[in-house]
This record gives sequence, C-alpha cells and structure tokens, in this order.
Amino acid sequence: MNIHEYQGKTLLRENNVTVLEGVHCTNVEQALAAYDSLGSKIVAVKSQIHAGGRGKGTLYHPETREHVMDGGVKIAFSREEVETYATNILGNVLVTIQTGDEGKLVSNLYVEAGCDIAHEYYLALLVDRDTKSVLIMASTEGGMDIEDVAHNTPELIHKVVVDPNAGLLGFQKRDLGMALGLSGAALRAFGKMLSSMYTMFVAEDCVMVEINPLVRTGADEIVALDSKISFDENAEFRHKKWDDLRDLSEEEDVEIRAKETGLSYVKLDGNIGCLVNGAGLAMATMDVIKLYGGEPANFLDVGGGANEEQVKTAFSIIMEDPNVKGILVNIFGGIMRCDIIARGVIAATEALSLEVPLVVRLAGTNVDEGKKILAASTLNIHAADDLAEGAQKIVALIGGGQ
Amino acid sequence: MSIWIEEDAKVLVQGITGKQGMFHADKMVEYGTDIVGGCTPGKGGQTVELQGKPYPVWDSMTEAIDATNADATVIYVPPPFAAEAIMEAADAFDFLKGEGVIVCITEGIPTLDMVKAVAYVENRPGIRLIGPNCPGIITPGETGGAKIGIMPGHIHAKGRIGIVSKSGTLTYEAVAQTMSINEGQSTCIGIGGDPVNGTGFIECLAAFEADPQTAAIIMIGEIGGNAEQEAAAWASENVTKPIVGFVAGATAPPGKRMGHAGAIISGGKGTAEEKFEAFREAGIACAMDPSELGAVLLESLKAVGLR
Repeated sequence: MNIHEYQGKTLLRENNVTVLEGVHCTNVEQALAAYDSLGSKIVAVKSQIHAGGRGKGTLYHPETREHVMDGGVKIAFSREEVETYATNILGNVLVTIQTGDEGKLVSNLYVEAGCDIAHEYYLALLVDRDTKSVLIMASTEGGMDIEDVAHNTPELIHKVVVDPNAGLLGFQKRDLGMALGLSGAALRAFGKMLSSMYTMFVAEDCVMVEINPLVRTGADEIVALDSKISFDENAEFRHKKWDDLRDLSEEEDVEIRAKETGLSYVKLDGNIGCLVNGAGLAMATMDVIKLYGGEPANFLDVGGGANEEQVKTAFSIIMEDPNVKGILVNIFGGIMRCDIIARGVIAATEALSLEVPLVVRLAGTNVDEGKKILAASTLNIHAADDLAEGAQKIVALIGGGQ
Repeated sequence: MSIWIEEDAKVLVQGITGKQGMFHADKMVEYGTDIVGGCTPGKGGQTVELQGKPYPVWDSMTEAIDATNADATVIYVPPPFAAEAIMEAADAFDFLKGEGVIVCITEGIPTLDMVKAVAYVENRPGIRLIGPNCPGIITPGETGGAKIGIMPGHIHAKGRIGIVSKSGTLTYEAVAQTMSINEGQSTCIGIGGDPVNGTGFIECLAAFEADPQTAAIIMIGEIGGNAEQEAAAWASENVTKPIVGFVAGATAPPGKRMGHAGAIISGGKGTAEEKFEAFREAGIACAMDPSELGAVLLESLKAVGLR
C-alpha cells in the first residue's frame, strides 16, 4: 500500500526525521494561503500522485488531452507563480515514466518551503529478498535518475544489511555516512536520521522507504526533501490508522471490489477473460492463451476455497470489461472441489445470461462429477481436458485472437 | 529415500483446533500421514477427532515434541501469530532433537515478522523451514505416505521425479503432468512465493541431486526476484540429473510501481523471459506451456536412457 508524499512527510516528522514545513492543499486558494503562511519566498509546488518521475512528468487536460505544463513539481518564486502552477496541476492528468500513458489525475498538492541545498543524496530502505533482511542503500548521486546510476556506476550505490537480531548498529551508520563523504556535524545528523528512519520502518511495517533527494543543507542539517513510502499490506491488521491514509482514487475501482470479495483481479488489454485458482496457475493460463495466439483480458485468482457466490462475482467482474469476447475457466481442484465449481459456473452463466463462449477446464478433486454436471447442462459451455486444449479452444471460438 | 520427509514421518499440527488446521489434519490422516497430535496454546489436554479417532493436543511445542518425538510440524496458525509459531517450533526442535522440519502454510504473514522468523531459524542449523504461503511438502508412499500441507493427496503416486515450485496449483499441474507419462514423484515441495521465506530452490535441487530415489527434477518459477536465475546457474555446476523448467508470468504486465529501490536491488531482473533464458543457458529443458511439462520430461528421460 502506497501513501502520498505529504502523508509520508507527516509520518517522518512524527518519527523525528527532519523535513521542511509544508501544507497539503486540494485547491488553488489553499495553495495561496499555504504560500502566505509558510513565509518562505521560494516554495516547491508538488503534485501528489502514487508514482515517481513527477518532476520530469507532463500535465495534460483530462478530457481534451491538451498539453498544459511540463513538470509536475515546480519551484515558485512568487505568489503569482504559485497560483499559475497550482492551477495547472490540480484537476489535470500527470503522465510520468511510472504512470503509463493514461497518467494520473492530480487531486492533491503539497506546497513546501524552500531550503538551502549544499548536496543531494539518495536513500532507500527496503526488505531485500536475497539477504532476507532490511537493506539500506545510499548514494551521493541524489536527485538523478538513480536506476541509471545503479546500472552505469554501481560503485556509487552503498549498501548495509541490517541484522534483524542486532538492529541497525552505530558502525553501519558511520560507514554509510562516510561513504557519502559526510563528516562532523553532518555525519552525526545523518546517523541520527538513519536511526529514526529504521525505527519508523520497523514500527510502521514498511516494505520500502525512498528519499530522493535527501539533502545536506548549508548548515549541515540532513533533510528529507521527498518521501515515497509503501506499507506491507499483510500487516494491515495492526495498523488501523492506514484506513485514513489510503487514497482509493489511486486504485482501480473494480480491483478494490474484487479484493473485497476475496478475489485478486487485474485488468489487461486483451479479449479473453480468465478465471483461475492460484496466482501461479492464473499467470500460466494467461501465458498459454498468448502462446496460442490470444490475448488475456485479465488476471483473476479466485483463491484456494472459492464458493459459488465468489465464482458468480468473478464472472460479473470479468464481464464488466466490454472487450471480453470469451472466457476460459481453469481450475485445478485441490481443496476446491470441481463439482462445486461446475455448479458455480452454471449458476453464474444463468444468472448473468452469459452470451460469450465459455471454455471450462477442470482437473483434480471430483473432476469426473464436475465434468458430468457441465455436460448435462444445456448451456453453451465447452469442456477441455488440459490447459493447452482449453486455450486453443477459446482462441478458436472467438475467431483466432484479436 | 526421498528428501527431508520420509513416508513414515511423524507430524504435529500447530493450530490443530482451528477450522483450517482441523480440516487439513483430517485430510492428512485420510491420506496416510502419521499425524501424532497438535499444539494450540490454552487447549492442552483436549483431543481432536480426525477420521473418527482422537488425537492429543498440547499447550506448547516443547511438550508436544517431547511426548511424540515428532519429525516435522505443519502450521495453520492465523497470520498475526504464525511467525511466533515458527519460532516456537524451531526452538523446541532445536532444544529437544537438534533437527526438525517446519512447514508453514499460512498466507499473509507480515514481511518483517518473517524477516525475524527466518533469521531465528537460520540460527538453528538443524532446523528447516518450508514456506510460508505454500502448499507444503509431500512424499508419496506405496500406500499412503507423508502429505504435509494442503495439496490434494490423491493426484500423487510414489516415483522418481522430484518437484519444486513457487506456486501451489502449478505444482499440482506438474504432478498431473508426471502422471500423464506414467511417472510418480519422490518428493514435491511448494516453497511459496513470499518475498521472505525459508527453503529456496537451490537447497531443494541439492537435496534432489543427493537423493537416490530421484531421477529427474521439475522446477517451476514465477516472475519477480532472481532466485530462479541463481538456481539455474548453481544447477549447471552442481546437478547431473535432468531438470525440466517452467516460469509463469510471461504475459504479466509490468507492475505499477512507485520508486526505484526494488529495481536497483534486482538489477532490473525478474521477467519470465530472463528466467527462461537462464534456464536454457543452464541446460534446463523448458516447457513454454505447463501442459507440455510431461512431454518435455519424457524427452529428457529418454535422452539419458531412463525411458
């Protein structure tokens, strides 16, 4: 679960990490009031969306797609500029390298005081699969395209791995700070900031915290100028306050509804709907559809113990997509019994008066009974014995792909 | 032989009094697994009825292992308490026996809880953790066998193919594929796809290589991370038995992401294409469609004179 920069800054401030003063705004009047209250001649006017690359992004009109302004993060040197930038950002769509072409509608703005920057660094904390630990990464090359830095000059990315038993140790903070060329008061400030950041990472169940840039000011303070924070959804049960931080407008409405019924759904661009149990098998089903010349319309995992109601919901979610010309159901029954799935498929087909071709592949527990139920129905359901046959059938039925 | 779990392994169930735990404990007994009891704190002294027979429940894993000399435990404890259940089992096995296998089925354990639990297990070298968020491990027998997890037992048969997979239902698909060419399985392991887990691909490959019953291996990966690439590189140096591979997720769209940190760590790696390429470079025979795993396996067995 991702949160906005302004929410991250509040969290950082609460955890004793130095951030600049700033105000969250949702309209131009608030942005101007923020400028007045901050008492800083120079302010940053920052689009708030759940994606990186905002500074180099482009703003477009949401309907006409007309170009509005280059850059989703602007430095304003006057009240008038704040007004111009806020007007150009709010209500428009920001396209960055991480949003895809459709971009994201900007409804939130952060107006932040300026600061005296001596150097920009990169800092990230994340859970690392390889070391199975929290890894801290830092670089002197902040503010830049850090993936290029990592690719071209990996020696400029410094890493420390935190032993979960020992926690973050003093020497690790010093080593990392010295690797960034820090000394004296700045090195001490960096160490203090890192301790706070790691404590917050663990206490708040983060999976990633990225600060780019982290800056050293002329007065040798260490300040987090940006914040990208992701929480671990598995830990939601112990963080009730996440409910208030969640911005549902950043998530697909249909994906939220799917999640509420225990389904995992991701919309894609093809025309063959898929209904599968298990994430790996669901991905493999999409792969095989493509292999035989079709294009999957979605990823849909009904999980390990779906009931008739969930199967019905799954069908209705798939059919909301007007591109869907056919559906492939692929179930390997383990705990889930094929006869129950077969009944669910028939009930859903009847309830939704499904008109597109439907291919059902069943395997595993009670497969024979499941197949009998499908064969006995008068509905337009085609059976398949394995995944390849199922994919070939559905591709043929909709007329050979797109 | 088999790997890590013998056909007659004695198995405890943590969370045996819960709905999931009891349901699956019953299925395991039905399959023929030697379930010796279970553990639910606060319910010690009670019994649970599985397939018409009573099974004892203990308050702690130390008591349970002490009373039964169990070889393995399987965890169906809810996510908030699962990491601690892993650590309790690790501590008890280590203290009483110096060894033990812990299979954690639970899905949705907080990642930082697993960071702690995995470090705890790794500090106890005789203890092996499989999972979490996995179907478990099964060693089919001539009759019955040891099914430790949630996989459908009846699709398996004893044989000479070892299977290791990140995904649950794809493991079943691989099992069905071996059966389609009249081959059974030595041991099948679902290692789970969580970012932080216990046993990985390389440990499974090493154990299959050393196991006399296993003649060939099926390895099934998924997009994300680089465990498959590392395992393939390791296998090319260390595994002499034929390996057949598949990777799910070739058509998965690139995830919507927010920052750069993950990409830097993985070096931009993790696509199905890269993983298939690493498999091929390592001499692993790839199926592009899981329905072809059987055919590809048959070819690989023929190539080394095993069919």
